[in-house]
Amino acid sequence: MRIPASIITLVAGMALVLAGFWAANYSNLLPESASINAPVYDELFKVLLAIGTVLLLGMTGLVVFSLVRFRRKEGDTLDGPAIEGNLSLELFWTVIPAVVVLFIGIYSYDIYDRMGGMADLNGHGAMHASEQLASVRTSGPQDQERIWGGIAPTGDSNVLPVEVTALQFAFIFHYPMQNITSGELHVPTGQMVELRMKANDVIHAFWVPQFRIKQDIIPGQTTVLSFTAKKSGDYPIVCAELCGPYHGGMRSHVVVQEPDGFDAWIEKNTPATLS
Amino acid sequence: MTIALPPIKSPEAHSSLQPTSWLRYFSFSLDHKVIGLQYIVCGFLFYFVGGALAGVIRTELATPISDFVSRETYNQVLTLHGTIMIFLWIVPVVNGGFGNYLIPFYVGARDMAFPRLNAVAFWMIPPAGLLLISSYFIGGAAQSGWTAYPPLSITTPAMGQIIWIVSVLLLGGSSIFGGINFIATILKFRQPGLKLLQLPMYCWAMLGTSILVVLSTPVLAGTLILLSMDIVAHTGFFNPSQGGNVVVYQHLFWFYSHPAVYIMVLPAFGLVSEILPIHARKPLFGYVTMVYSILAIVVLGLVVWAHHMFTSGTPPWMRLFFTIATAFIAVPTGIKFFNWIATLWQGRIALNSAMLFSCAFILQFVFGGITGVALAQVPFDVHVHDTYFVVAHFHYIVYGGTVFVIFASIYHWYPKFTGHMANEHLGRLHLLLTVIGFNLCFGPQHWLGLNGMPRRVAEYDPQFTLMNQVSSVGALLMAISTIPFLINVIGSIWWGAKAGDNPWRALTPEWLTSSPPPVENWKGAAPLVHEPYGYGTELGVIDLKVATGSDLWRNPQ
Repeated sequence: MRIPASIITLVAGMALVLAGFWAANYSNLLPESASINAPVYDELFKVLLAIGTVLLLGMTGLVVFSLVRFRRKEGDTLDGPAIEGNLSLELFWTVIPAVVVLFIGIYSYDIYDRMGGMADLNGHGAMHASEQLASVRTSGPQDQERIWGGIAPTGDSNVLPVEVTALQFAFIFHYPMQNITSGELHVPTGQMVELRMKANDVIHAFWVPQFRIKQDIIPGQTTVLSFTAKKSGDYPIVCAELCGPYHGGMRSHVVVQEPDGFDAWIEKNTPATLS
Repeated sequence: MTIALPPIKSPEAHSSLQPTSWLRYFSFSLDHKVIGLQYIVCGFLFYFVGGALAGVIRTELATPISDFVSRETYNQVLTLHGTIMIFLWIVPVVNGGFGNYLIPFYVGARDMAFPRLNAVAFWMIPPAGLLLISSYFIGGAAQSGWTAYPPLSITTPAMGQIIWIVSVLLLGGSSIFGGINFIATILKFRQPGLKLLQLPMYCWAMLGTSILVVLSTPVLAGTLILLSMDIVAHTGFFNPSQGGNVVVYQHLFWFYSHPAVYIMVLPAFGLVSEILPIHARKPLFGYVTMVYSILAIVVLGLVVWAHHMFTSGTPPWMRLFFTIATAFIAVPTGIKFFNWIATLWQGRIALNSAMLFSCAFILQFVFGGITGVALAQVPFDVHVHDTYFVVAHFHYIVYGGTVFVIFASIYHWYPKFTGHMANEHLGRLHLLLTVIGFNLCFGPQHWLGLNGMPRRVAEYDPQFTLMNQVSSVGALLMAISTIPFLINVIGSIWWGAKAGDNPWRALTPEWLTSSPPPVENWKGAAPLVHEPYGYGTELGVIDLKVATGSDLWRNPQ
């Protein structure tokens, strides 16, 4: 008995979708997530992984099936059927991918918006976003420099400003409110941190894989990056832009602590002021 | 299939000023076939240099500490590897190499439109390549990656960087000469009676590619001249300490270098479109949509460059625009892949090396395309930009894509080039080793990038050791895979069975002449091929329903 092709197609399609679903939910390809926007990112990753798995397995199946099923027997000199095209098939595989791609684009725009990436950095409207940056507020109105890129903090919650200076081959972190300078970044959980980043020599990049954020640090152009840490721990800070011979060694740490522990660290490290 | 075979004229006495022995391959030959083979062989020699450099990189990365070469040398090696593989291997071979050999045949011409310009374009490549490699021995090569981002390229040793700029300018010039030549040949040297929509698909691919070359390469040339002035004359175009803007360089650089990806893959798409119908014994599926998708890729390819800069200082609206534009390139590209699978479907497929390499290309490029659509999404890219994920992605595109097609094409056209058949057993062994080695080398790098390993590093976190060692083993396999290939292509010249004029029973014009073809391609007038993919029209094979479908598709003559 021959099984109708439509049933085989249906079963194969269902198997593909299940494989995509399984890959998205049961594969463990990402590092641990330690910031508030990391789970948002991981959502997008799951969607992309599911669609990608379905597409890759489907195409592989079609090619392998064709090679096996339609292989030429020894001594066969006949041609295949002279099919030169099929307009409805062409429309089918133009429209479906276009819709999928558009869906992914809009979805990732939404994700990026939720991560704060679409916020206007310099504000051409009524509100000047740069005036809202915590680091600008603290350093006075004369410091109205342009922010060239990055992810600005959202909401009016109290933001911890940190100034980052990148140079060959280290990061230096300065806490302007407490006047602390440190080689590693300490942040509390649950509070938004705003990094205001400048480079002294060449382009560097600030990347914390566990936070899923990265921003180039560009000489002559201040950039900003904000995030809220969620989980205590010690995570690597990696320079991701080729910056010279010791680029691979340009790393630091971000230490995420509960607010109490962070306050203790601040207290211990605040320089004594002359009274 | 309509071929107008002209009456054979008496052979004319042909006294040539060009050498006709093996010496012609070392001469300033004007024969497009000689120039094509010069490009291909020369490209292979540089491929071995670039491959050896990749070997240095993978050896260094077999351990987490920098212990094989010095850090400065490592950066020189990765810069040379990228530059050689792109500008001296892939671009010249898929454009200049196969383009020169095939395009005059396909348009029914005796040679390219500008044979002398053609020879000049080729002979700019060996000196430029030797200059680039020699910079390593005289004071050190460039250390700033093939992207040469300032201010790093301004602050690293000037000598190597300037030599790098000069040789890339020469190679870009060669590429522009080639592009102009292809456009002129395809548009103006077509045989009378041959319409544009009757050309083999590779002509359309080369037309699209050449338009990209002519539009975007001059931008790279201008950018590199400004960069060299920053280095030599201490101007401040891109130097922030003199008020320059480093991000402007990135825009200008990627305005060329993103289209460069299409300059590397569009010709490969064209070559695959020639190989599949012949070995599947079926017409190319959806010819007209294939043409439109090439043109769509050309147009979209010019407006997506800023997706390389999502973590630089780009404003939010720009990120949104370039995300959508980049993701949409997947649509015309996807159409091509679905059409190829439809070409295979119900065919009578010969499982030879050319076909198998083409199918491996389809699967690996699809994988690279999927990660490409993912990388187009800003939030995804923000995490993996400048990591090994990106390294894996573009190797799936340019190696899993284009280099696999180069091998498929060598096996496919080897009988035409030499008059002998290549050995199928060695060819399939080559395929097996390359597929395993390639996926072993670059597959694990996706995981490395997602989990925190940046690219262009000589040392890394010890947690990544195992995956890096797997990757290095894959690279070793890839190196070994070239041995059966070399034995095959060199040995088959002597030991290969005689191929005859048309061993694949193909219909495209390069097969309708002797193997190897004579100077000026055909004895007598050139055949006029209106249907290069007219397979499956023999009586007794035609299904009535199918015949109606194909008639609907094509305009009635």
